[in-house]
Amino acid sequence: MASLSRLIRLAVGALAFLLLVSAGPVPANAQQVNPTASSVKEQQLLQELNRIQGRITIPDQRAGVLEQPAGRDWREFRNVTLRWIGGIAILGMIGVIVIFYLTRGMVRLESGRSGRTIVRFNAFERFTHWMTATCFIILAISGLNITFGRPLLLPLIGFEAFSEWSQWAKYAHNYLSFPFTLGVILIFLTWIAGNIPNKVDVEWVKRGGGLFGHDHPPAYRFNAGQKAIYWIVVIGGGLVAATGYTLMFPFYLSGIEGMQIAQIVHSIVAVLFVAAMLAHIYIGTIGMEGAFEGMGTGTVDVNWAREHHALWLDGQNARPGGAGSQSAAQPAE
Amino acid sequence: MARMKFLCDADRCIECNACVTACKNENEVPWGINRRRVVTINDGKPGERSISMACMHCTDAPCQAVCPVNCFYTTADGVVLHSKDLCIGCGYCFYACPFGAPQYPKVGNFGSRGKMDKCTYCAGGPEADGSKEEYEKYGANRLAEGKLPLCAEMCSTKSLLAGDGEIIAQIYKERVMKRGYGSGAWGWKTAYRESIES
Repeated sequence: MASLSRLIRLAVGALAFLLLVSAGPVPANAQQVNPTASSVKEQQLLQELNRIQGRITIPDQRAGVLEQPAGRDWREFRNVTLRWIGGIAILGMIGVIVIFYLTRGMVRLESGRSGRTIVRFNAFERFTHWMTATCFIILAISGLNITFGRPLLLPLIGFEAFSEWSQWAKYAHNYLSFPFTLGVILIFLTWIAGNIPNKVDVEWVKRGGGLFGHDHPPAYRFNAGQKAIYWIVVIGGGLVAATGYTLMFPFYLSGIEGMQIAQIVHSIVAVLFVAAMLAHIYIGTIGMEGAFEGMGTGTVDVNWAREHHALWLDGQNARPGGAGSQSAAQPAE
Repeated sequence: MARMKFLCDADRCIECNACVTACKNENEVPWGINRRRVVTINDGKPGERSISMACMHCTDAPCQAVCPVNCFYTTADGVVLHSKDLCIGCGYCFYACPFGAPQYPKVGNFGSRGKMDKCTYCAGGPEADGSKEEYEKYGANRLAEGKLPLCAEMCSTKSLLAGDGEIIAQIYKERVMKRGYGSGAWGWKTAYRESIES
């Protein structure tokens, strides 16, 4: 029995060996097969979606994006396009302001000061304004540093100092975004009533806002220019906040292509925002006599109010007890 | 001087992830960061391919171009490195990189990024070669010891090649010639503006 089973095993083994040997030439034929012909191809995948994505076994599923050459377009925007847009917008605005100041000069109070004042912005309004304004200035400087710091500031102060400053600027930019966003929301809610465009604005714009000559087109509490600033702050501020948080919380809201778009929107809106605010700062300080005190002390001279916001002053005077006196006047809503 | 490059022969990669493990171990890469990863495309379907990917050390590297603090530098070997002392963790290199190489350890509040970390081609950083500081910040500096990146050295199928670009391209071309097929050097067109025709 033992010898028989050994014999069978030998026979089976021989058969198996024979099969293996006969199967030998098959792989040689397989060389004709080209596995690449049926495989995924890099250029084809890139042409289809401009990115290549697959499955990955590490926990970080976002790493499943293998290639994404779209970063090249973003690089071009960040290094070239944005610098042109920002440079033209900001330097252009400074140029316009300088020319305007040299030709027109400060917009004077034509009727002089009356000595009587009227409340224009209450403490809460001024707090909201200055909180937002302070944040904005720091955000603007730290933001511009990211775009223009490397070519302009880095060569002056060197790598270490520039990195140290940029690191703090980044922290400031991230953290101050919260009070800034709060400020934009408060501005939106506090001043929405006075900033709905109406017919008076059309007239105001037609007369050039009194920027040229000695015209004083009538306005309610906010003229068309101020309304424009209001909507720039609300819409621009909303956009920079939304896109900024997309960048600050990577992958919470979008993937990398979303972040590239967010950065593009964020930076374009931001440089235009800075340009607009330069005009706002100019007209609120050295551009117009008697304007700053409205946001400084909260009161303006009655003559200033008559020249620049006649309809608003009339409304205030029409109030019970409202004769333009400081004690009686209510802050306008 | 050699121009160091990576080349992943996708027709050989079996997605064993030895390169990923070797890299993590050799460089003591922090938890949550993978300098190298293996991506499988068309998984489970005919024609699926796996590609091991890390920083490709691009020619005219986008990360280097967009960095706001200019913390990147390209070595004489064509390896793209950066200084963690200068990096501010802004995330811009990550937006620009075609290969998803830069990663940031999560430090502090919300999504705030720490100092960027990426593949160094096992070439350390700006600190003195082989120093303790260099190892702690960037991992091993095998290049200074005359060795190539460990991921490629440990590749079980010799799919991942590292070394002078011309030499590894030649090796790949010979392979393609011998076996009669090859799906090309993945990422080369994007990283080096050149492709190896098979």
